[in-house]
Amino acid sequence: MIIAERKPLEQILAMLSPDQKIAVLGCGTCVTVCMAGGQKEAEELAALINIYRKKEKQPGSAEAFTIERQCEFEFIDQVAERLKSYDLILSLACGVGVQTMVERMPELLVIPGLNTKSMGYPVAQGVWVERCLGCGDCVLELTQGICPITRCAKSLLNGPCGGSAEGKCEIGKEVDCAWHLIHDRLARLGRLAILAAVQPPKDWSSSHHGGPRTIVREDVKIDRGE
Amino acid sequence: MIAGSKLEKVIAGGHFAVTGELGPPKSADLTQLRHHAEAMRRHVEAYNLTDNQTAIVRTSSIACGAVLIQMGLEPVIQMTVRDRNRICLQSDLLGAVALGAKNVLCLSGDHQKFGNEPAAKGVFDIDSMQLIKALKDMRDAGKFIGGEALEHPLEKVFIGAVENPFADPFAYRVDRLEKKINAGANFIQTQCIFDLERFKKWMELVRERGLHKRVAILGGVTPIKSLGAARYMKNNVSGITIPDELIARLQGAENKKAEGLKICIETIQQLKEIEGVAGVHIMAIAWEEVVPEIVERAGLYPRPPV
Ligand code: SF4
Repeated sequence: MIIAERKPLEQILAMLSPDQKIAVLGCGTCVTVCMAGGQKEAEELAALINIYRKKEKQPGSAEAFTIERQCEFEFIDQVAERLKSYDLILSLACGVGVQTMVERMPELLVIPGLNTKSMGYPVAQGVWVERCLGCGDCVLELTQGICPITRCAKSLLNGPCGGSAEGKCEIGKEVDCAWHLIHDRLARLGRLAILAAVQPPKDWSSSHHGGPRTIVREDVKIDRGE
Repeated sequence: MIAGSKLEKVIAGGHFAVTGELGPPKSADLTQLRHHAEAMRRHVEAYNLTDNQTAIVRTSSIACGAVLIQMGLEPVIQMTVRDRNRICLQSDLLGAVALGAKNVLCLSGDHQKFGNEPAAKGVFDIDSMQLIKALKDMRDAGKFIGGEALEHPLEKVFIGAVENPFADPFAYRVDRLEKKINAGANFIQTQCIFDLERFKKWMELVRERGLHKRVAILGGVTPIKSLGAARYMKNNVSGITIPDELIARLQGAENKKAEGLKICIETIQQLKEIEGVAGVHIMAIAWEEVVPEIVERAGLYPRPPV
Protein backbone atom coordinates (compact mmCIF):
# COMPACT_ATOMS: atom_id res chain seq x y z
CA MET A 1 0.00 0.00 0.00
CA ILE A 2 0.93 3.66 -0.14
CA ILE A 3 2.53 4.96 3.02
CA ALA A 4 2.35 8.59 4.06
CA GLU A 5 3.07 10.75 7.05
CA ARG A 6 1.39 13.95 8.16
CA LYS A 7 3.31 17.16 7.53
CA PRO A 8 4.41 19.02 10.67
CA LEU A 9 1.57 21.13 12.07
CA GLU A 10 3.52 24.40 11.76
CA GLN A 11 4.04 23.72 8.07
CA ILE A 12 0.32 23.06 7.57
CA LEU A 13 -0.70 26.18 9.52
CA ALA A 14 1.67 28.27 7.42
CA MET A 15 -0.20 27.20 4.26
CA LEU A 16 -3.57 28.45 5.55
CA SER A 17 -5.11 31.93 5.44
CA PRO A 18 -6.81 33.17 8.65
CA ASP A 19 -10.31 33.47 7.23
CA GLN A 20 -10.57 30.34 5.10
CA LYS A 21 -13.31 27.80 5.56
CA ILE A 22 -11.38 24.56 5.30
CA ALA A 23 -12.32 20.96 4.66
CA VAL A 24 -9.81 18.53 6.12
CA LEU A 25 -10.51 15.69 3.76
CA GLY A 26 -9.51 12.20 4.82
CA CYS A 27 -9.05 9.26 2.50
CA GLY A 28 -10.47 5.88 3.46
CA THR A 29 -7.93 3.55 1.91
CA CYS A 30 -4.11 3.30 2.25
CA VAL A 31 -3.58 6.35 4.44
CA THR A 32 -6.31 5.19 6.80
CA VAL A 33 -4.49 1.90 7.27
CA CYS A 34 -1.16 3.64 7.85
CA MET A 35 -2.84 6.01 10.30
CA ALA A 36 -1.86 9.20 8.53
CA GLY A 37 -4.96 10.45 6.75
CA GLY A 38 -8.13 8.59 7.74
CA GLN A 39 -11.22 9.99 9.45
CA LYS A 40 -9.57 9.89 12.88
CA GLU A 41 -6.51 11.83 11.73
CA ALA A 42 -8.67 14.29 9.77
CA GLU A 43 -10.73 15.01 12.89
CA GLU A 44 -7.61 15.45 14.98
CA LEU A 45 -6.08 17.85 12.51
CA ALA A 46 -9.28 19.87 12.14
CA ALA A 47 -9.45 20.17 15.93
CA LEU A 48 -5.83 21.35 16.11
CA ILE A 49 -6.49 23.94 13.44
CA ASN A 50 -9.61 25.17 15.23
CA ILE A 51 -7.78 25.45 18.55
CA TYR A 52 -5.05 27.45 16.85
CA ARG A 53 -7.59 29.72 15.17
CA LYS A 54 -9.38 30.37 18.41
CA LYS A 55 -6.11 31.22 20.12
CA GLU A 56 -5.07 33.53 17.30
CA LYS A 57 -8.61 34.97 17.07
CA GLN A 58 -8.89 33.99 13.40
CA PRO A 59 -12.37 33.82 11.85
CA GLY A 60 -11.88 30.72 9.67
CA SER A 61 -13.04 27.21 10.50
CA ALA A 62 -12.06 23.65 9.74
CA GLU A 63 -14.31 20.62 9.31
CA ALA A 64 -13.28 17.03 8.81
CA PHE A 65 -14.83 14.36 6.63
CA THR A 66 -13.60 11.42 4.65
CA ILE A 67 -14.30 9.78 1.32
CA GLU A 68 -13.49 6.20 0.40
CA ARG A 69 -10.79 7.07 -2.14
CA GLN A 70 -9.58 10.46 -3.32
CA CYS A 71 -7.87 8.78 -6.26
CA GLU A 72 -11.09 7.88 -8.07
CA PHE A 73 -13.50 10.28 -9.74
CA GLU A 74 -16.46 8.21 -8.65
CA PHE A 75 -15.91 8.95 -4.96
CA ILE A 76 -15.05 12.60 -5.50
CA ASP A 77 -18.26 13.10 -7.50
CA GLN A 78 -20.34 11.87 -4.57
CA VAL A 79 -19.26 14.87 -2.47
CA ALA A 80 -18.73 17.41 -5.25
CA GLU A 81 -21.39 19.84 -4.04
CA ARG A 82 -20.16 19.76 -0.47
CA LEU A 83 -16.54 20.32 -1.56
CA LYS A 84 -17.57 23.46 -3.44
CA SER A 85 -18.77 25.04 -0.19
CA TYR A 86 -15.19 25.33 1.18
CA ASP A 87 -12.48 27.88 0.42
CA LEU A 88 -9.77 25.28 0.72
CA ILE A 89 -9.46 21.49 0.73
CA LEU A 90 -6.68 20.27 2.97
CA SER A 91 -6.29 16.79 1.56
CA LEU A 92 -5.04 13.98 3.75
CA ALA A 93 -4.70 11.66 0.76
CA CYS A 94 -1.43 10.63 -0.88
CA GLY A 95 -0.06 12.72 -3.75
CA VAL A 96 -2.22 10.78 -6.17
CA GLY A 97 -5.38 11.74 -4.31
CA VAL A 98 -4.49 15.43 -4.24
CA GLN A 99 -3.90 15.45 -7.98
CA THR A 100 -7.00 13.42 -8.83
CA MET A 101 -9.08 15.95 -6.87
CA VAL A 102 -7.59 18.85 -8.79
CA GLU A 103 -8.05 17.15 -12.14
CA ARG A 104 -11.68 16.33 -11.41
CA MET A 105 -12.58 19.67 -9.83
CA PRO A 106 -10.17 22.33 -11.18
CA GLU A 107 -12.17 25.07 -9.45
CA LEU A 108 -11.10 23.77 -6.00
CA LEU A 109 -8.05 24.90 -4.08
CA VAL A 110 -6.42 21.72 -2.79
CA ILE A 111 -3.25 21.50 -0.68
CA PRO A 112 -1.51 18.42 0.71
CA GLY A 113 -1.54 17.67 4.43
CA LEU A 114 0.67 14.60 4.06
CA ASN A 115 4.06 13.73 2.71
CA THR A 116 3.70 10.62 0.56
CA LYS A 117 6.58 8.36 1.49
CA SER A 118 6.59 5.03 -0.21
CA MET A 119 4.96 1.80 -1.19
CA GLY A 120 5.38 -0.75 1.54
CA TYR A 121 3.72 -2.45 4.46
CA PRO A 122 3.44 -2.32 8.25
CA VAL A 123 6.13 -4.64 9.56
CA ALA A 124 5.03 -4.12 13.18
CA GLN A 125 2.53 -1.91 14.98
CA GLY A 126 3.65 1.63 14.23
CA VAL A 127 6.43 0.67 11.83
CA TRP A 128 6.05 0.91 8.07
CA VAL A 129 8.76 -0.13 5.65
CA GLU A 130 9.27 0.63 1.98
CA ARG A 131 9.39 -2.32 -0.37
CA CYS A 132 8.71 -1.12 -3.91
CA LEU A 133 9.86 1.88 -5.88
CA GLY A 134 7.63 1.24 -8.85
CA CYS A 135 10.57 1.06 -11.26
CA GLY A 136 8.33 -0.47 -13.90
CA ASP A 137 10.53 -3.48 -14.61
CA CYS A 138 10.41 -5.96 -11.74
CA VAL A 139 13.59 -7.90 -10.93
CA LEU A 140 12.26 -9.88 -7.99
CA GLU A 141 12.65 -13.19 -9.82
CA LEU A 142 16.40 -12.60 -10.02
CA THR A 143 16.76 -11.89 -6.32
CA GLN A 144 14.04 -14.25 -5.14
CA GLY A 145 11.75 -11.66 -3.67
CA ILE A 146 14.05 -9.03 -2.16
CA CYS A 147 14.18 -5.79 -4.14
CA PRO A 148 17.68 -4.36 -4.66
CA ILE A 149 16.32 -1.32 -6.49
CA THR A 150 14.30 -0.27 -3.45
CA ARG A 151 16.23 -1.69 -0.57
CA CYS A 152 19.88 -1.22 -1.60
CA ALA A 153 20.90 2.39 -0.95
CA LYS A 154 22.71 2.39 -4.29
CA SER A 155 20.16 0.32 -6.25
CA LEU A 156 22.95 -2.06 -7.24
CA LEU A 157 22.18 -5.00 -9.49
CA ASN A 158 25.37 -7.00 -9.18
CA GLY A 159 25.84 -7.87 -5.55
CA PRO A 160 26.86 -6.04 -2.37
CA CYS A 161 29.18 -3.05 -2.44
CA GLY A 162 32.31 -2.78 -0.32
CA GLY A 163 30.44 -1.03 2.46
CA SER A 164 28.35 -4.01 3.51
CA ALA A 165 29.33 -5.07 7.03
CA GLU A 166 27.83 -7.72 9.29
CA GLY A 167 24.59 -7.69 7.37
CA LYS A 168 24.13 -3.94 7.60
CA CYS A 169 24.28 -1.24 4.95
CA GLU A 170 27.01 1.38 4.91
CA ILE A 171 24.42 4.12 5.37
CA GLY A 172 23.64 3.00 8.91
CA LYS A 173 23.61 0.12 11.33
CA GLU A 174 19.80 0.29 11.53
CA VAL A 175 19.48 -0.56 7.83
CA ASP A 176 19.83 -4.11 6.55
CA CYS A 177 22.10 -4.59 3.55
CA ALA A 178 19.68 -5.72 0.88
CA TRP A 179 22.38 -7.64 -0.95
CA HIS A 180 23.41 -9.47 2.18
CA LEU A 181 19.78 -10.58 2.54
CA ILE A 182 19.64 -11.59 -1.11
CA HIS A 183 22.92 -13.47 -0.85
CA ASP A 184 21.75 -15.41 2.21
CA ARG A 185 18.41 -16.19 0.65
CA LEU A 186 19.91 -17.46 -2.58
CA ALA A 187 22.44 -19.50 -0.62
CA ARG A 188 19.63 -21.11 1.37
CA LEU A 189 17.76 -21.89 -1.83
CA GLY A 190 20.91 -23.26 -3.45
CA ARG A 191 20.66 -20.66 -6.19
CA LEU A 192 23.77 -18.55 -5.61
CA ALA A 193 24.92 -19.27 -9.16
CA ILE A 194 22.37 -16.70 -10.35
CA LEU A 195 24.64 -13.98 -9.00
CA ALA A 196 27.57 -14.98 -11.21
CA ALA A 197 26.15 -13.39 -14.35
CA VAL A 198 26.88 -9.69 -14.87
CA GLN A 199 23.48 -8.04 -14.93
CA PRO A 200 23.28 -5.43 -17.70
CA PRO A 201 22.44 -1.77 -16.98
CA LYS A 202 18.82 -1.30 -16.08
CA ASP A 203 16.39 0.32 -18.48
CA TRP A 204 15.23 3.27 -16.38
CA SER A 205 12.91 4.53 -19.10
CA SER A 206 10.23 2.32 -17.56
CA SER A 207 10.73 4.20 -14.28
CA HIS A 208 9.80 7.82 -13.60
CA HIS A 209 12.82 8.89 -15.66
CA GLY A 210 10.62 8.37 -18.69
CA GLY A 211 8.00 10.88 -17.57
CA PRO A 212 4.58 9.95 -16.11
CA ARG A 213 3.71 6.39 -16.98
CA THR A 214 0.39 5.47 -18.49
CA ILE A 215 -1.03 2.01 -19.03
CA VAL A 216 -3.64 1.57 -21.73
CA ARG A 217 -5.47 -1.74 -21.90
CA GLU A 218 -7.77 -2.13 -24.83
CA ASP A 219 -9.25 -5.29 -23.33
CA VAL A 220 -10.79 -3.47 -20.39
CA LYS A 221 -11.59 -0.13 -22.03
CA ILE A 222 -15.29 0.59 -22.32
CA ASP A 223 -16.26 0.13 -25.92
CA ARG A 224 -18.49 3.04 -26.82
CA GLY A 225 -19.27 1.60 -30.25
CA GLU A 226 -18.88 3.39 -33.55
CA MET B 1 50.02 -5.62 -23.19
CA ILE B 2 46.63 -3.94 -23.16
CA ALA B 3 47.15 -0.23 -22.62
CA GLY B 4 50.91 0.00 -22.19
CA SER B 5 50.63 2.20 -19.14
CA LYS B 6 53.63 2.33 -16.85
CA LEU B 7 51.59 0.51 -14.23
CA GLU B 8 50.74 -2.26 -16.64
CA LYS B 9 54.35 -2.56 -17.81
CA VAL B 10 55.69 -2.93 -14.29
CA ILE B 11 53.10 -5.62 -13.53
CA ALA B 12 53.74 -7.38 -16.84
CA GLY B 13 57.47 -7.30 -16.10
CA GLY B 14 56.78 -9.36 -12.99
CA HIS B 15 57.77 -6.56 -10.62
CA PHE B 16 55.91 -5.76 -7.43
CA ALA B 17 53.99 -2.64 -8.44
CA VAL B 18 53.52 0.46 -6.30
CA THR B 19 50.71 2.98 -6.69
CA GLY B 20 50.01 6.03 -4.57
CA GLU B 21 46.94 8.09 -3.97
CA LEU B 22 46.22 11.81 -4.14
CA GLY B 23 43.08 13.43 -2.87
CA PRO B 24 42.05 16.48 -4.93
CA PRO B 25 41.40 19.58 -2.83
CA LYS B 26 38.16 21.35 -1.98
CA SER B 27 39.35 24.22 -4.14
CA ALA B 28 40.83 24.77 -7.57
CA ASP B 29 44.28 25.43 -6.15
CA LEU B 30 46.31 22.34 -7.04
CA THR B 31 49.64 23.56 -5.63
CA GLN B 32 49.67 20.98 -2.84
CA LEU B 33 48.55 18.17 -5.09
CA ARG B 34 51.38 18.96 -7.51
CA HIS B 35 53.80 19.16 -4.63
CA HIS B 36 52.79 15.76 -3.25
CA ALA B 37 52.86 14.22 -6.71
CA GLU B 38 56.35 15.59 -7.31
CA ALA B 39 57.59 14.26 -3.98
CA MET B 40 56.77 10.64 -4.87
CA ARG B 41 57.72 10.87 -8.54
CA ARG B 42 60.42 8.24 -8.25
CA HIS B 43 58.60 6.05 -5.75
CA VAL B 44 55.33 5.09 -7.40
CA GLU B 45 54.31 3.95 -10.87
CA ALA B 46 51.01 5.77 -10.89
CA TYR B 47 48.74 7.88 -8.72
CA ASN B 48 45.09 7.24 -7.96
CA LEU B 49 43.08 10.44 -8.11
CA THR B 50 40.03 10.04 -5.95
CA ASP B 51 36.63 10.99 -7.31
CA ASN B 52 34.87 13.25 -4.79
CA GLN B 53 35.97 10.85 -2.08
CA THR B 54 33.51 10.24 0.78
CA ALA B 55 31.03 12.24 -1.30
CA ILE B 56 32.81 15.53 -0.60
CA VAL B 57 32.96 18.05 -3.44
CA ARG B 58 36.51 18.38 -4.75
CA THR B 59 38.30 19.17 -7.99
CA SER B 60 37.46 16.45 -10.48
CA SER B 61 39.69 13.42 -10.75
CA ILE B 62 40.02 13.85 -14.50
CA ALA B 63 41.13 17.48 -14.23
CA CYS B 64 43.75 16.52 -11.63
CA GLY B 65 44.79 13.58 -13.79
CA ALA B 66 45.37 15.94 -16.71
CA VAL B 67 47.60 18.08 -14.50
CA LEU B 68 49.64 15.01 -13.58
CA ILE B 69 50.00 14.06 -17.22
CA GLN B 70 51.34 17.57 -17.92
CA MET B 71 53.90 16.89 -15.21
CA GLY B 72 54.94 13.69 -16.94
CA LEU B 73 53.29 11.50 -14.31
CA GLU B 74 50.74 8.72 -14.66
CA PRO B 75 47.26 8.95 -13.15
CA VAL B 76 44.78 6.22 -12.27
CA ILE B 77 41.50 8.05 -12.80
CA GLN B 78 38.91 6.98 -10.27
CA MET B 79 35.32 6.99 -11.49
CA THR B 80 32.35 6.39 -9.22
CA VAL B 81 28.81 5.72 -10.39
CA ARG B 82 27.36 7.86 -7.61
CA ASP B 83 27.43 11.24 -9.34
CA ARG B 84 27.13 10.52 -13.05
CA ASN B 85 24.74 8.62 -15.27
CA ARG B 86 25.87 6.42 -18.15
CA ILE B 87 25.90 9.30 -20.61
CA CYS B 88 28.28 11.29 -18.46
CA LEU B 89 30.45 8.34 -17.42
CA GLN B 90 31.07 7.29 -21.00
CA SER B 91 31.65 10.88 -22.06
CA ASP B 92 34.11 11.39 -19.21
CA LEU B 93 35.98 8.23 -20.13
CA LEU B 94 36.38 9.57 -23.68
CA GLY B 95 37.57 12.86 -22.21
CA ALA B 96 40.03 11.19 -19.85
CA VAL B 97 41.51 9.11 -22.68
CA ALA B 98 41.68 12.17 -24.93
CA LEU B 99 43.74 13.89 -22.22
CA GLY B 100 46.12 10.94 -22.12
CA ALA B 101 44.86 8.83 -19.22
CA LYS B 102 45.76 5.16 -19.50
CA ASN B 103 44.40 3.74 -16.25
CA VAL B 104 40.90 4.05 -14.84
CA LEU B 105 39.43 2.61 -11.69
CA CYS B 106 35.71 1.84 -11.39
CA LEU B 107 33.94 2.16 -8.04
CA SER B 108 30.46 2.45 -6.59
CA GLY B 109 31.41 5.45 -4.46
CA ASP B 110 30.60 6.15 -0.83
CA HIS B 111 26.96 7.03 -0.28
CA GLN B 112 26.23 10.76 -0.62
CA LYS B 113 24.89 10.76 2.93
CA PHE B 114 28.46 10.91 4.25
CA GLY B 115 29.59 13.98 2.36
CA ASN B 116 29.16 17.72 2.40
CA GLU B 117 26.07 17.60 0.18
CA PRO B 118 23.95 15.02 2.01
CA ALA B 119 20.79 16.30 0.30
CA ALA B 120 22.18 15.32 -3.12
CA LYS B 121 20.43 12.82 -5.33
CA GLY B 122 22.59 9.72 -5.76
CA VAL B 123 22.66 8.81 -9.43
CA PHE B 124 23.50 5.08 -9.46
CA ASP B 125 22.17 4.74 -13.00
CA ILE B 126 24.58 1.83 -13.47
CA ASP B 127 26.66 -0.02 -10.88
CA SER B 128 30.42 -0.44 -10.74
CA MET B 129 30.24 -3.89 -12.34
CA GLN B 130 28.33 -2.47 -15.27
CA LEU B 131 30.81 0.40 -15.53
CA ILE B 132 33.72 -2.04 -15.84
CA LYS B 133 31.86 -3.89 -18.58
CA ALA B 134 30.93 -0.64 -20.32
CA LEU B 135 34.54 0.56 -20.42
CA LYS B 136 35.70 -2.80 -21.67
CA ASP B 137 33.08 -2.76 -24.43
CA MET B 138 34.04 0.77 -25.43
CA ARG B 139 37.68 -0.25 -25.53
CA ASP B 140 37.45 -3.71 -27.08
CA ALA B 141 34.24 -3.72 -29.07
CA GLY B 142 34.14 0.00 -29.90
CA LYS B 143 30.57 0.19 -28.59
CA PHE B 144 28.68 2.36 -26.15
CA ILE B 145 26.29 0.83 -23.59
CA GLY B 146 23.33 1.66 -25.80
CA GLY B 147 24.89 -0.30 -28.66
CA GLU B 148 26.03 2.55 -30.90
CA ALA B 149 29.56 2.37 -32.26
CA LEU B 150 32.32 4.85 -31.35
CA GLU B 151 33.37 6.97 -34.31
CA HIS B 152 36.99 6.00 -33.78
CA PRO B 153 38.54 3.15 -31.82
CA LEU B 154 39.44 4.10 -28.28
CA GLU B 155 43.07 4.40 -27.20
CA LYS B 156 43.59 1.46 -24.91
CA VAL B 157 42.97 1.83 -21.21
CA PHE B 158 43.96 -0.40 -18.32
CA ILE B 159 40.76 -1.07 -16.41
CA GLY B 160 40.87 -1.29 -12.64
CA ALA B 161 38.33 -2.19 -10.01
CA VAL B 162 38.29 -2.37 -6.26
CA GLU B 163 37.50 -5.21 -3.94
CA ASN B 164 37.04 -5.24 -0.23
CA PRO B 165 38.02 -8.56 1.38
CA PHE B 166 36.85 -7.13 4.71
CA ALA B 167 33.26 -6.48 3.71
CA ASP B 168 30.49 -9.03 4.06
CA PRO B 169 29.27 -11.56 3.19
CA PHE B 170 32.85 -12.86 3.22
CA ALA B 171 32.01 -15.87 1.07
CA TYR B 172 30.78 -13.59 -1.67
CA ARG B 173 33.90 -11.42 -1.81
CA VAL B 174 35.77 -13.89 -3.99
CA ASP B 175 32.71 -14.44 -6.19
CA ARG B 176 32.53 -10.71 -6.62
CA LEU B 177 36.19 -10.53 -7.59
CA GLU B 178 35.61 -13.20 -10.21
CA LYS B 179 32.60 -11.33 -11.48
CA LYS B 180 34.65 -8.16 -11.83
CA ILE B 181 37.30 -10.04 -13.76
CA ASN B 182 34.63 -11.47 -16.04
CA ALA B 183 33.22 -7.99 -16.52
CA GLY B 184 36.64 -6.81 -17.69
CA ALA B 185 38.84 -5.74 -14.78
CA ASN B 186 42.57 -5.92 -15.52
CA PHE B 187 43.79 -4.88 -12.10
CA ILE B 188 42.34 -4.72 -8.61
CA GLN B 189 43.15 -2.46 -5.72
CA THR B 190 41.87 -3.67 -2.37
CA GLN B 191 40.49 -1.79 0.60
CA CYS B 192 43.11 -0.96 3.29
CA ILE B 193 44.55 -4.11 4.80
CA PHE B 194 44.89 -4.09 8.58
CA ASP B 195 43.54 -7.58 9.18
CA LEU B 196 46.24 -9.57 7.42
CA GLU B 197 44.82 -12.90 8.52
CA ARG B 198 41.54 -12.22 6.84
CA PHE B 199 43.34 -10.95 3.73
CA LYS B 200 45.43 -14.13 3.58
CA LYS B 201 42.29 -16.23 3.87
CA TRP B 202 40.76 -14.29 1.01
CA MET B 203 43.89 -14.72 -1.12
CA GLU B 204 43.78 -18.45 -0.49
CA LEU B 205 40.29 -18.58 -1.98
CA VAL B 206 41.47 -16.35 -4.82
CA ARG B 207 44.32 -18.75 -5.62
CA GLU B 208 42.04 -21.78 -5.37
CA ARG B 209 40.14 -20.40 -8.32
CA GLY B 210 43.26 -19.18 -10.10
CA LEU B 211 41.92 -15.65 -10.14
CA HIS B 212 45.33 -14.13 -9.34
CA LYS B 213 46.46 -15.31 -12.77
CA ARG B 214 43.64 -13.47 -14.50
CA VAL B 215 43.98 -10.13 -12.74
CA ALA B 216 46.74 -8.14 -11.01
CA ILE B 217 45.87 -7.69 -7.33
CA LEU B 218 47.37 -4.70 -5.54
CA GLY B 219 46.91 -4.82 -1.79
CA GLY B 220 45.80 -1.54 -0.24
CA VAL B 221 47.68 -0.13 2.75
CA THR B 222 47.34 3.02 4.85
CA PRO B 223 49.85 4.28 7.40
CA ILE B 224 48.04 5.15 10.64
CA LYS B 225 49.04 8.52 12.03
CA SER B 226 47.53 8.35 15.49
CA LEU B 227 45.46 6.24 17.84
CA GLY B 228 42.52 8.54 17.23
CA ALA B 229 42.75 7.98 13.49
CA ALA B 230 42.80 4.21 13.99
CA ARG B 231 39.79 4.33 16.27
CA TYR B 232 37.95 6.60 13.91
CA MET B 233 38.56 4.28 10.95
CA LYS B 234 37.59 1.24 12.99
CA ASN B 235 34.27 2.71 14.04
CA ASN B 236 33.28 5.10 11.29
CA VAL B 237 34.71 4.18 7.92
CA SER B 238 32.50 1.72 6.11
CA GLY B 239 34.32 -1.32 4.83
CA ILE B 240 37.39 -1.03 7.03
CA THR B 241 38.20 -3.48 9.81
CA ILE B 242 41.02 -2.90 12.27
CA PRO B 243 41.81 -5.76 14.66
CA ASP B 244 41.91 -4.95 18.37
CA GLU B 245 45.52 -6.20 18.58
CA LEU B 246 46.55 -3.50 16.18
CA ILE B 247 44.84 -0.84 18.26
CA ALA B 248 46.54 -2.27 21.35
CA ARG B 249 49.92 -2.22 19.63
CA LEU B 250 49.49 1.46 18.79
CA GLN B 251 48.27 2.16 22.29
CA GLY B 252 51.40 0.61 23.76
CA ALA B 253 53.76 2.47 21.46
CA GLU B 254 55.52 5.59 22.65
CA ASN B 255 55.71 7.19 19.24
CA LYS B 256 52.38 6.45 17.55
CA LYS B 257 53.41 7.90 14.20
CA ALA B 258 56.57 5.82 14.03
CA GLU B 259 54.62 2.72 15.05
CA GLY B 260 51.90 3.40 12.47
CA LEU B 261 54.56 3.66 9.82
CA LYS B 262 56.23 0.48 11.00
CA ILE B 263 52.93 -1.43 10.87
CA CYS B 264 52.37 -0.22 7.33
CA ILE B 265 55.87 -1.25 6.22
CA GLU B 266 55.54 -4.67 7.83
CA THR B 267 52.22 -5.16 6.09
CA ILE B 268 53.82 -4.44 2.72
CA GLN B 269 56.65 -6.84 3.48
CA GLN B 270 54.12 -9.54 4.27
CA LEU B 271 52.12 -8.75 1.15
CA LYS B 272 55.26 -9.31 -0.93
CA GLU B 273 55.39 -12.85 0.42
CA ILE B 274 51.80 -13.73 -0.44
CA GLU B 275 51.50 -15.62 -3.69
CA GLY B 276 49.28 -13.80 -6.13
CA VAL B 277 49.73 -10.28 -4.79
CA ALA B 278 51.08 -8.19 -7.65
CA GLY B 279 51.75 -4.97 -5.84
CA VAL B 280 50.75 -2.46 -3.25
CA HIS B 281 48.51 0.57 -3.33
CA ILE B 282 49.54 3.11 -0.69
CA MET B 283 46.77 5.39 0.50
CA ALA B 284 48.46 7.99 2.68
CA ILE B 285 45.79 10.64 2.42
CA ALA B 286 46.78 13.70 4.48
CA TRP B 287 50.16 12.08 5.09
CA GLU B 288 51.47 11.95 1.53
CA GLU B 289 54.99 13.08 2.43
CA VAL B 290 55.67 9.75 4.12
CA VAL B 291 55.22 7.64 0.98
CA PRO B 292 58.86 7.74 -0.21
CA GLU B 293 60.03 6.55 3.20
CA ILE B 294 57.49 3.70 3.20
CA VAL B 295 58.55 2.58 -0.26
CA GLU B 296 62.23 2.71 0.63
CA ARG B 297 61.95 0.98 3.97
CA ALA B 298 59.70 -1.72 2.48
CA GLY B 299 62.55 -2.56 0.12
CA LEU B 300 60.73 -1.41 -2.99
CA TYR B 301 63.19 1.26 -4.02
CA PRO B 302 64.48 1.98 -6.61
CA ARG B 303 61.48 1.32 -8.80
CA PRO B 304 62.11 -0.82 -11.89
CA PRO B 305 62.78 1.18 -15.04
CA VAL B 306 60.13 0.67 -17.74
S1 SF4 C 1 25.81 -1.91 1.92
FE1 SF4 C 1 24.37 -3.27 0.87
S2 SF4 C 1 22.42 -2.14 0.80
FE2 SF4 C 1 24.01 -0.67 1.37
S3 SF4 C 1 24.61 0.26 -0.57
FE3 SF4 C 1 26.03 -1.45 -0.24
S4 SF4 C 1 25.09 -3.22 -1.25
FE4 SF4 C 1 23.52 -1.63 -1.09
